[in-house]
Amino acid sequence: MVKVQLWGSLRSAADGRTEVEVEAKNFRQLLDGLRAAHPGLAPQIERGVSMSLNGVIYREAWFTEIPPDAEVVLMPYMTGG
Amino acid sequence: MKKLHVSTTVNGDPAEFVCTPDESLLDALRNRLGLTGAKEGCGTGDCGACSVTVNGRLVCSCLVLAAEAEGAEIATIEGMAEQDRLHPLQRAFIDHAALQCGVCTPGILVAAKSLLAKNPEPTDEEVRYWLAGNLCRCTGYDKIIRAVQSAAAEMRGA
Amino acid sequence: MAFDEYQKREFKQVGTRPNRPDGVDKVTGRAMYGADMTLPGMLIGRILRSPHAHAKIKSIDASAALALKGVKAVVTGDDFARPEDDFLRDVQENCMARGKALYDGHAVAAVAAIDAATAKAALKLIKVEYEILPHVTDVDAAMKAGAPIVQEGRTLENVPAGMSGNVTSHSEFGHGDPAAGFAKADKVVERSFKTAATHQGYIEPHAAVASVTTDGKADLWCCTQGHFFVRTLCAGMMGMEASQLRVTPSEIGGGFGGKTTVFIEPVALMLSRKAGRPVKVVMTRDEVFRATGPTVSTSIDVKIGMTKDGRITAGEAYLRYSGGAFPCGTIDMGGQAAFAAYDLEHVRTYGWNVLTNRPKEAAYRAPGAPQAIYAVESVVDELCLALKLDPLDVRLKNAAKKGTKSSYGPTFPDIGLVATLEAAKKHPHYTAPLAEGQARGLSCGFWFNFGGNTCVSLNVNTDGTVGITEGNPDIGGSRASVSLMAAEELGIPYEQIRTIVADTNSLGYNDVTDGSRVTFAVGLATIKAARDAVRKMCLRAAKIWDIDEEAVEWKDGAAVPAGPNAGRFPPMTLAEIAADSFATGGPIAGHHEVNVDGAGVSFGVHLVDVEVDRDTGATKVLRYTIFQDAGKAVHPDYVEGQMQGGAVQGIGWALNEEYIYGRDGRLQNAGFLDYRIPVASDLPPIETVILEIPNPGHPYGVRGVGETPIVPPLAAISNAVSRAIGTRMCELPMSPPRILKAIGTTA
Repeated sequence: MVKVQLWGSLRSAADGRTEVEVEAKNFRQLLDGLRAAHPGLAPQIERGVSMSLNGVIYREAWFTEIPPDAEVVLMPYMTGG
Repeated sequence: MKKLHVSTTVNGDPAEFVCTPDESLLDALRNRLGLTGAKEGCGTGDCGACSVTVNGRLVCSCLVLAAEAEGAEIATIEGMAEQDRLHPLQRAFIDHAALQCGVCTPGILVAAKSLLAKNPEPTDEEVRYWLAGNLCRCTGYDKIIRAVQSAAAEMRGA
Repeated sequence: MAFDEYQKREFKQVGTRPNRPDGVDKVTGRAMYGADMTLPGMLIGRILRSPHAHAKIKSIDASAALALKGVKAVVTGDDFARPEDDFLRDVQENCMARGKALYDGHAVAAVAAIDAATAKAALKLIKVEYEILPHVTDVDAAMKAGAPIVQEGRTLENVPAGMSGNVTSHSEFGHGDPAAGFAKADKVVERSFKTAATHQGYIEPHAAVASVTTDGKADLWCCTQGHFFVRTLCAGMMGMEASQLRVTPSEIGGGFGGKTTVFIEPVALMLSRKAGRPVKVVMTRDEVFRATGPTVSTSIDVKIGMTKDGRITAGEAYLRYSGGAFPCGTIDMGGQAAFAAYDLEHVRTYGWNVLTNRPKEAAYRAPGAPQAIYAVESVVDELCLALKLDPLDVRLKNAAKKGTKSSYGPTFPDIGLVATLEAAKKHPHYTAPLAEGQARGLSCGFWFNFGGNTCVSLNVNTDGTVGITEGNPDIGGSRASVSLMAAEELGIPYEQIRTIVADTNSLGYNDVTDGSRVTFAVGLATIKAARDAVRKMCLRAAKIWDIDEEAVEWKDGAAVPAGPNAGRFPPMTLAEIAADSFATGGPIAGHHEVNVDGAGVSFGVHLVDVEVDRDTGATKVLRYTIFQDAGKAVHPDYVEGQMQGGAVQGIGWALNEEYIYGRDGRLQNAGFLDYRIPVASDLPPIETVILEIPNPGHPYGVRGVGETPIVPPLAAISNAVSRAIGTRMCELPMSPPRILKAIGTTA
């Protein structure tokens, strides 16, 4: 199981929790797992999310492998100047 | 609107064009003569991207009427290099990385050349005040001032 | 995998300062910018804009305009496809209003005519019937109950019930329990701040030339930071297939984020389609200010607790951003960036985006970060003053470092903040004496940095030179950096490489030039493309020598036999391999396509000395020094250029620049005379100190550098001014009237 840290405003969409567990080997499976377990997260996932994996931010990259005990943090998808 | 016929000299060469009475020199240079080196950044004389000289005087060509070019000597960025030899200011701007996007560069070069013609050994402060009418948004001006001073030193030595 | 580990190496060319390839064109006036393009038979397009901040468009009658001799087409919002996608629909409605004008300057119609004078005359003949609606331009006013609603039904599910209909999104970041942290503090400071919207202020107004033919093909030439994105947006609005629209970027006269979207491009295309002729549209400066993207305007509350010895016990921020008349995600980046420089046990930010009757926000260097960090760094400075602590020591004591759980969640890998702060502390500027009436301020800055979709092709010419084709408009010298990295990798001189930015048909998709991504991501793809070509050249040499491919290495620009074959043949140079390429299998090229991740965050510290004239309220910047981690400075001149240019934009933001709206909701200072950006005589030299803490996610250790420099000036200058006048300044810009008011309240 991957422990995923959510940002604060997603708490209400995840039964009040800021950390949830999902069965996933990569980013794609993680997003699918989050959507299935917490349908309230779906609108934000549709709008775009990034994933920080052990401190490195991935903006898309479905097939990025998530090693066991990795630190996984969900972040909003970012655009810049 | 009835058009006017203008005979002038641009970068030493004779040039003729027709223009409307309310047309700016900048528009005539760009649209009638195909000299697009001078840029329109504001059209109100605030940014200096359209700087040229008219009879040796530095002006914003967006504030000069095209008809005023009649019989005058106009100098633009296109005439700054001599054939394949860049002017020392042009070389210094490249060597000192004094440009990024480069859209203000033609106006700044024309203005800087005009400064050095009047004052071959300006202080940094004099360069900064002379160029205060030429906006640059990329560089923070630091490398521009260095480039102008480097070219000034070279021109004094030459 | 996109991620590419850094390996320590000795550089031969990366880190040197050769001349830029576009230099001569730019100093001779030959470089072609957006407005410099002309096509045979070209018409001139002009746009009619709303004079009202908020109005229902009841009808548009263009018959008189169309009847004017020389007018060839009129376009309104109804001509465009109505995209289903919210984002695309917002961009379209910003380019041309539908039903309602949402801000002063909102486009409502456009004409194409045989010349500019005729187009201008035609605009006056278009009759628009408006029903004026109440408007709101201030972010705090827009959040109040009863405020005019800018757009109905734009509230996301994450907004708590009971807020104004103008609030479109809410976000919350952080960890720990701020209340518990504040209880441990010896001193807690709470302050409210406001920052004005500012404009990117690029000197080149937006310009586009479009040519649509009757068989449905189109060409678009425009100044943009991302022509592939322009194609996506325009094809969506025009109902076209991407393959039929070729977009070619001109040289770009500054962007800073403001040219990452479209404004006139779809209008030029639609006019051209209707008129059956090429159409050029160039904005005036007035249009640039009124209708293109400024930054968000903000209202921010910050609360920070500190112990007597300078440890921050908790931080909290409430951020209210307005990105104008359309929903805007910049608030999320502000909320994440606010406390990023600090290692905090208890931290929380709450953010709201709010609609106002202002132009749609466009990105501007590190969007969202300067405002939030300004507020946080101001409160940290106030605590340092109150507790009589050295502001650099306090930042060092609390600095985020490798292993810190960042305020936005992830644990930091190698970052350069501590090294940057230490460099500032050691620098003579920090201890230089100050005269009476002068003061010194400092601030940290931060940006995430991006990677993104990138394609690079590298062609080995038969004479031993190399052509590189990339897809990101060069806004700060990136063609020079890309050539340098290829030269390094291939082992040939920089001068033998020419890098160009190609149109949308020449490469696969490239993300916009944004987020400080180009030197990092295009550089990475260039290095990989060079390695691809090297591998192919090694294979050719192996065939010529009739040995195994694995037994050939690339060294100093040549294939050399290795292992058991070492020394059996003399090195075969790139030029020699290229010269024989037709006989050994055909032309040689390398390419790489990737969505790059691992950009690596960037930190900076700025030091500034100021003097405030107590009679006029004017602030003079006396000395300015920038310290920033560049990972690896590929071309140090252009790294310094990014640092200096960004800092000066921040100085303008701190001292002068602001969007000023009248009670009528109209922008009052839409020109460079009244919207005053810094000029040469306002400024001292801008000193730079580049640190190089390699980014583990890039083969050469490169980090993006373009955005971080605009972040620290706001607070650094505010802190200096506040110390100089003895009153905490809480609003930007600190224009002379605001300073005089602050001094007045002190006396």
